[in-house]
Amino acid sequence: MRGGDGKRNNHDTDLGRPALETALAETWKTPSSLWGALATVDHKIIGRRYIVTAFVFLALGGILAVLMRLQLAQPEARLLGPDRYNQIFTMHGANMMFLFAVPVMEAMAVYLVPLMVGTRNIAFPRLNAFSYWIFLAGGALLWISFALDMGPDVGWFAYVPLSGPQFGSGKRADIWAQMITFTEVSALAVSVEIVVTIFKQRAPGMSLDRIPLFVWSMLITSFIIIMAMPAIMIASTSLILDRLVGTHFFNPAEGGDVLLWQHLFWFFGHPEVYIIFLPAVGMVSIMVATFARRPVFGYLALVMALIATGILAFGLWVHHMFVTGLPRLGESFFTASSMAIAIPAGIQIFCWLATLWDGKPVFKTPLLFVIGFIVTFVIGGLTGVMVASVPFDTQVHDTYFVVAHFHYVLIGGAVFPLVGAIYYWFPKMTGRMMSEDLGKWAFWLIFIGFNLTFFPMHILGLQGMPRRIYTYQPDMPWHGLNMFVSVSAVVLVAGFLVFFIDAIRSVRRGPPAGDNPWDAPTLEWATSSPPPSYNFARIPVVDGADPLWEQREILAVAAGLRTDRRELIITTVGAAKPEAREASPRNSIWPFWAALATSLMLIWSIFTPWAVVWGSIPVAITLIGWFWPKGTPEDES
Amino acid sequence: MRISLVFLSVAVATAGCQREERQLRLDPPVAAALDNIALMPNGISGAPPEAYFALDKPYESNAYNLNQGKRLYSWFGCKACHADGQGGIGPAFLDGWWNYGPEMVSVFASIRDGRPHGMPAFRDKMTTEQIWQLAGYVRTIGAYSAKTAAPSRNDEKHTRPSENRAPAALLFDQGPTPVHPDQGPTP
Amino acid sequence: MRGIAERMLPALAPPLMLAGCTGWQSALDVHGASAINLKHLIILIVTVCSIVWALVMVALIAALWHHRDRRELAVSLDPRRERRMTITVAAAVAATVVIISVFTVLSFFTTRALSLAGNDDLTIKVRGLQWWWGVEYFGSAPDQRFETANEIHIPVGRNVRLQLEGIDVIHSFWAPSLAGKQDLVPGRPNELMIRAERAGTYRGQCAEFCGLQHAHMAFFVVAEEQPIFDEWVRLQRQNAATSSDAEVTAGQQVFLSKQCAACHAIRGTSASGTTGPDLTHIGSRKYIAAGLFETTRGSLAAWIADPQTLKPGNNMPMVPLNPEELRSISAYLASLK
Repeated sequence: MRGGDGKRNNHDTDLGRPALETALAETWKTPSSLWGALATVDHKIIGRRYIVTAFVFLALGGILAVLMRLQLAQPEARLLGPDRYNQIFTMHGANMMFLFAVPVMEAMAVYLVPLMVGTRNIAFPRLNAFSYWIFLAGGALLWISFALDMGPDVGWFAYVPLSGPQFGSGKRADIWAQMITFTEVSALAVSVEIVVTIFKQRAPGMSLDRIPLFVWSMLITSFIIIMAMPAIMIASTSLILDRLVGTHFFNPAEGGDVLLWQHLFWFFGHPEVYIIFLPAVGMVSIMVATFARRPVFGYLALVMALIATGILAFGLWVHHMFVTGLPRLGESFFTASSMAIAIPAGIQIFCWLATLWDGKPVFKTPLLFVIGFIVTFVIGGLTGVMVASVPFDTQVHDTYFVVAHFHYVLIGGAVFPLVGAIYYWFPKMTGRMMSEDLGKWAFWLIFIGFNLTFFPMHILGLQGMPRRIYTYQPDMPWHGLNMFVSVSAVVLVAGFLVFFIDAIRSVRRGPPAGDNPWDAPTLEWATSSPPPSYNFARIPVVDGADPLWEQREILAVAAGLRTDRRELIITTVGAAKPEAREASPRNSIWPFWAALATSLMLIWSIFTPWAVVWGSIPVAITLIGWFWPKGTPEDES
Repeated sequence: MRISLVFLSVAVATAGCQREERQLRLDPPVAAALDNIALMPNGISGAPPEAYFALDKPYESNAYNLNQGKRLYSWFGCKACHADGQGGIGPAFLDGWWNYGPEMVSVFASIRDGRPHGMPAFRDKMTTEQIWQLAGYVRTIGAYSAKTAAPSRNDEKHTRPSENRAPAALLFDQGPTPVHPDQGPTP
Repeated sequence: MRGIAERMLPALAPPLMLAGCTGWQSALDVHGASAINLKHLIILIVTVCSIVWALVMVALIAALWHHRDRRELAVSLDPRRERRMTITVAAAVAATVVIISVFTVLSFFTTRALSLAGNDDLTIKVRGLQWWWGVEYFGSAPDQRFETANEIHIPVGRNVRLQLEGIDVIHSFWAPSLAGKQDLVPGRPNELMIRAERAGTYRGQCAEFCGLQHAHMAFFVVAEEQPIFDEWVRLQRQNAATSSDAEVTAGQQVFLSKQCAACHAIRGTSASGTTGPDLTHIGSRKYIAAGLFETTRGSLAAWIADPQTLKPGNNMPMVPLNPEELRSISAYLASLK
């Protein structure tokens, strides 16, 4: 595969290993200057940034939770007034859902998927950079407005008419709605990149039945994002139009409908929780295989379960609206579908249990978090089956029972696997191991603290305590349990502190990890820790689902890519046969400018509709700069 | 350069704070002090009390107070005479002509003490704070430029553009007969 | 005030959580026809789910402790063992399908059992406002109509049809001891059927976030035997009680001359405001300010003196009254039984 110009020494077949690595490093490098940091399109740098930013938001949201628990420990406490409390619980929910949970899963995918499928960079790398800056801008918008006493105070799902123009005074709800726009654009961008990367950039030989399960789960998740995000874009845009311009989408007196908001929001909102959950499920499948020392049992069943979950997720949304007065027969259909989604979840749990049964478990920290996940997520899933029932839900909807349920499925079902995944992939990302001792401390503190904090909330809900109340009366029997919950929350916080401290310390002073400290089977462990900017010196070729276990001595590779330009291999969707060589974009500052211009336009449009007109001019300019043909060799090829 | 940037951000921050601040309880001595306006002998214009400036003119650009004012407008039957700003038995607000001038003190005095030819006194029907909120709101009905804090449309039947679509006066359709033909065309 | 240790004591006594299973606002202490049905369903589903979780935990522990007699890494798999595991997993999945099908069918039947309609229904209209409940009773003639607030009396053993109307934002009517909840959605009239099986007072609370004082929007359903209920209705239909007591009369003067009458109505006087709760029989209601305090002269005086400290953000303004006016007006309102 020589180039048409007949030059020599510019393909990886011409060079020995050291010269190859030097040449590739030069072509794929990110300069270590401010310009380099702003202009990089390396998915690993952007992915790491994304992960760290999301965890900062987790910490901030955790502080809000501590404030809420301090207020609720006593009846009629005067720590927080109603206005401040309403802002805090809205911020807690919106921050955790939009600025932590979805972005951190996206971020893990941005980092890991290209490595796991054996390619050099993610598809559309400049869009990837753009998506991070947009995400950061949305987070900054929300938190700065909270600091200015302008934080939204209408709940993280902002029901109208409370968030509407008449009852939501000021700009608070507009800031919430526009933050949605930022985070949804960012999520949509990443999901498009993931789909294309997975379909077209896999290593030769990695047919569809050899893709790692985390990659499968990210593929399904990305499709869910693409289908679900438009619903909330419509909803938040309609809300802003109602508030700013005076449209009547949600005004019953003029033909609008209050419930339209709920339908639009929950059509997105239910798939949203699967956007958070499915990546975690993928991580669990990977970690179970590595630490059970055998390939995961039931690969086909697990993939089918993922697909079934993805499809079914769109047929459940009315279970959030069971008490709004919709016809009972229609609601009962959603009981059936909401219960049915327990079946794919059950398939997955049973397959993992079978893998552990047949394997030889190695009890390292990631496996501890997987076990913690199984214990807590099954509780959450079972309470999900409970609230799926219309009559059951008429008693527990909007009470602390539901608060307990969703924290069990979100923390148990997503955060436990995520923390385990951080312990698991930290060596790959930083080249150093985290501490096993601190890891065990973190696990037990988090596990015990979490269950002691959230299990009593089931009982509080059945005892009549509604949610989103800033205080309660002394003559209600809730004081004891609330105090218990607040004290237990301290244990949970301590666990997370141990985890954060361990991570921060280990970046500099952890013991060096080799290429593959866990002896794991997937492709990201075939390169150094941390991976070089070009990921793999030569693209690997696979002939099984667990390449590093099947080809223990030497991994087959493909050769022939250029070293003086950024190139990667495009393969077919089904059998991953090599199809073409694709040029990959170089570092560019335009995504940063485009994100800045877009942020300006979106923030300005909170205040006047004319911002969409005038603000689109800088956006157009930056997009022109982005796409202007540069005459570089990559463009010409 | 850096100093001006700091000042700018502080100014923006305090502006944001002021617009969105929610003061749920006005201290009774302050509320009593806010009642002591100094009106000119002809009942038009005058000076608000010291307390008004000490509070940084809270009823003109605070979104929460303007929203409360809008609620009070419908609760205390203003629509019976003033419609939704279009007027009728009472003067219109939307056309931008103010019989007693557009200043806060004048509007406050009109509501609190009543005016000749039919405007009742609301001194015994609303508290001082409520009258100030209502006065602030009434001024946004005839606004010439949109305020960010101005309230938005109500969840009711649509009778005119909302106060934050401004200038509402410009968008107001007088109909075939102008509301105040004797006062000439609207500004 | 109580010491730190006393305050921490409830935290250290998880068994005490079971003591809260009784109460007048509890889905587990039920005295309404619907709530009784719902409690049976809840107990059944929770029991089955607990057993399922326990079984999964047993399987997990067994999987982790089970010693496999093989070398460390298994890449090639024994087809016989794989087939046995496939059968086990398939059986577990089949059991899951059966259980949730049973749950689904049980839910359908419970939903059907919740519709209580009959011929002898009593209709009451409930309006949800920020942050109180307007209650309207009807009669055979228009002048038998009356309004009250935050307290709903119903006869025991009779179906009551509550017509729920959201006036401003979405609220939710939830008296867990009697029935499940139903939202009050603006623009969408909803209905809730309740039937109390035992006389008593049941507390409820708004269960849909509705703004600043969502936490303090409680209401009470008082179920009484039919004759007592009829007597209550007869008294409520009457105009406000008059009194010859000097302080009470002075209080009425204060009420009518100050800002009170602009928002509140007292039938039989010139006060006919509609934006606040009807106060004609406020003295006979057990609680004021939507469940904030028991109705006493003292609590009435405290509420009127400073509503914004007790329920910050609510729509009742702080009316400036001197102490003598406050005393007489609280005497007047407490006398309105």
